[in-house]
Amino acid sequence: MKLNAEEQAMLAGELGPVRQAAIAHQIKVGEFFGAADMVPVSQSHIMADTESLGEAGVEWLESLTKNGGKERVVRIPTITDPRGTDFNKAKQLGQTDQMISLERRAIAAFVKMGVSMTDTCINYQTIMAPGFGEHVAFGDTGVVIYSNSICGARSNFEGGPSALAAGQTGRTPRYGFHLDQHRQPGRRFRINWRPQTLNEWGALGGFIGKHSGNYWEVPVLEGVEGNPGSDSLKHFGAAMASFGSTALFHMVGITPEAIRAQDLNMAHLPVRTIERAEVMALQGSYRVTDEVDVVVFSAPQLSLLEIRDLAALCEDRKFKIPLLAVTSPQVKPDADRMGYTETIESAGGTVFAGMCFYQSYAREIAEVNGWKRLATNSAKMVNILGGYGYTPMLASMEECVAAAETGRLA
Amino acid sequence: MTGKIFTARHAMGQQVEAECLSANDGFSARYDLNRLEGRFSRPAHKLFGQSYHGKILVLDTAKGGVASAWMLYEMKSRNLYPAAIVFNTVNPILAQGAAHAGITMLAGFDVNITEAIASGSRLRIDPAHKTVQVLD
Repeated sequence: MKLNAEEQAMLAGELGPVRQAAIAHQIKVGEFFGAADMVPVSQSHIMADTESLGEAGVEWLESLTKNGGKERVVRIPTITDPRGTDFNKAKQLGQTDQMISLERRAIAAFVKMGVSMTDTCINYQTIMAPGFGEHVAFGDTGVVIYSNSICGARSNFEGGPSALAAGQTGRTPRYGFHLDQHRQPGRRFRINWRPQTLNEWGALGGFIGKHSGNYWEVPVLEGVEGNPGSDSLKHFGAAMASFGSTALFHMVGITPEAIRAQDLNMAHLPVRTIERAEVMALQGSYRVTDEVDVVVFSAPQLSLLEIRDLAALCEDRKFKIPLLAVTSPQVKPDADRMGYTETIESAGGTVFAGMCFYQSYAREIAEVNGWKRLATNSAKMVNILGGYGYTPMLASMEECVAAAETGRLA
Repeated sequence: MTGKIFTARHAMGQQVEAECLSANDGFSARYDLNRLEGRFSRPAHKLFGQSYHGKILVLDTAKGGVASAWMLYEMKSRNLYPAAIVFNTVNPILAQGAAHAGITMLAGFDVNITEAIASGSRLRIDPAHKTVQVLD
C-alpha cells in the first residue's frame, strides 16, 4: 500500500504505539484486499459488546489506555454500537455481576480513548446520518448497509478492532465499497407487490440477502413505488445484511445511486422476480410452534416512531409473557416524555435502552429465564437466534403484541 | 486429490498444517458457533455439532455480522479456535478478525474450494505463497 508522510510516521511509531499498532492492523487488512492506499474517514462507529469481546478483548482495550492521553485518544468522532446490557435492568434479564463488570470495564476503556458512548445501531436515524459520498468506518452491518444504500455513503463492514483503528488513525484502507467499481449491482430483483409491515420488509430483505450470495454481490431491486420510509428500509437492509452479509443495495427510484435505472450498469443482468409467496414462505419457515415464551423487539433498536406504534398496540392490554422493547439512549428520553414507555410498561412490557437483545448474552439469559420460543418482527433477529438455542419466529408487531397477551401466536 | 495445491488470491498469517472440516456453507462466529464448547451450534449448518478446535475450516463465505472480528481473538485467548480458515469468498470482518487474532486465512480460488477439498483431509497452508495443499 502507498502511504503518505503522516501514515508512514504512524507506522514508524512517531505518533505513539497505539496509532502504530492501529495502522499496522489496517495495512494488514488493506494488503489482504489489495487496497492501493488509505482514505480519510469522517466518523467511526465501533461494535464492541462484551459477549463478543470477552475478557481477552476487554483486557486488550485496557492495555491501549495505559498509553498517555494524547497518544490513545481517537482523532475523529468515534461512536459505539449497543452495549451488552441496560444497566438499569440487567438483573431483570438475569445477567450476572461478571457480565455487568465486563461492560463497565469496556466502557471505561473506550471513554479514556475519547470514544463517545452512543450505544446505538440506529445512529443514521438519531446521531448523524452520513452524506452522499462521505467515507466512514462503520461497524454494524445494519448501519453500514443503511448508510451505503440509503445515504449513499461509503463504508465497508468495519469490525471492532478495525473501527477503533480508524478512529485512532482517521483513515481506513481504500477497498471494497469505498471504490466506484464495487458499487455496481451484480444481482437484479423485481417485485410486483409491496411489503406492508416491518417484518415483511425484513423478510424481503432477508430473501434478497440469501439469494445474493456474499458480501461482494450488490443487489438491485426494482418495482418499489414510493419511498417505503426509514423504518421499513432499516428492517429491509438489516435483514439483508444479516442473511447475506450484504453491505450495499440499490432500490430503483428510491436510493440515491439508483434514482433512474440507467444510473446503474444493470441492463445486462437477468431479472429474478420475487413473488410474495416466496417471502412469506421464508417468514413461515420459522413458525414451528404457536406457543411463545417471550416477545422481543430489537435488532435494530426501535425508532421513536416504532415505540409510538408499539405503545398504541399495548394500550389497555395485560401481558401474560414478557415483552421486551429495545431502543437507543437517544430515543428513550423522548419515549418516556411522550408517555410511550409508561403505556408499554403498564401492559407488562419493558423498554430497554442502549443495548441489543442478541448482543446481551442471549444464550445465558434464555437459560435463566426459561426462554426458548421467541416471537419478534425482526427478520435479522430470527436469522441470528437459532444459533443461540432459541426457536425464533417472525411475525408482525401486531401479532407479537397479541402473543404477549395470550402466550400464543395466532 | 492428495498433493493437489490450490492458490488463493488473498492470504495472511503463518504456515499451518492440520485436519480440515469442509462444507459448502457460510461462517459467522456469532451465528454458527457455541464458542464455549468449541463446536458448530446452529442446527441448519452443515457442520452442526462438529468441533472446530485445531481444525482448518474450508467454507464458502463469511456470513452475518461484525462480531467475528472480536470473537476470533477471544476464541484464541481460550485456546479453542480453528487453526486456519479458507474461504471461497470472504468479507472484511473475517479478514479483520484473522488479522487481529493472528489466525491464518486464505480466500478466493478459481474453483469451489469446498468441493475441491474433502472434509477430513489433512492440509498445509502457506500464506507466503497463498497456497493450500492437500496432504492426505
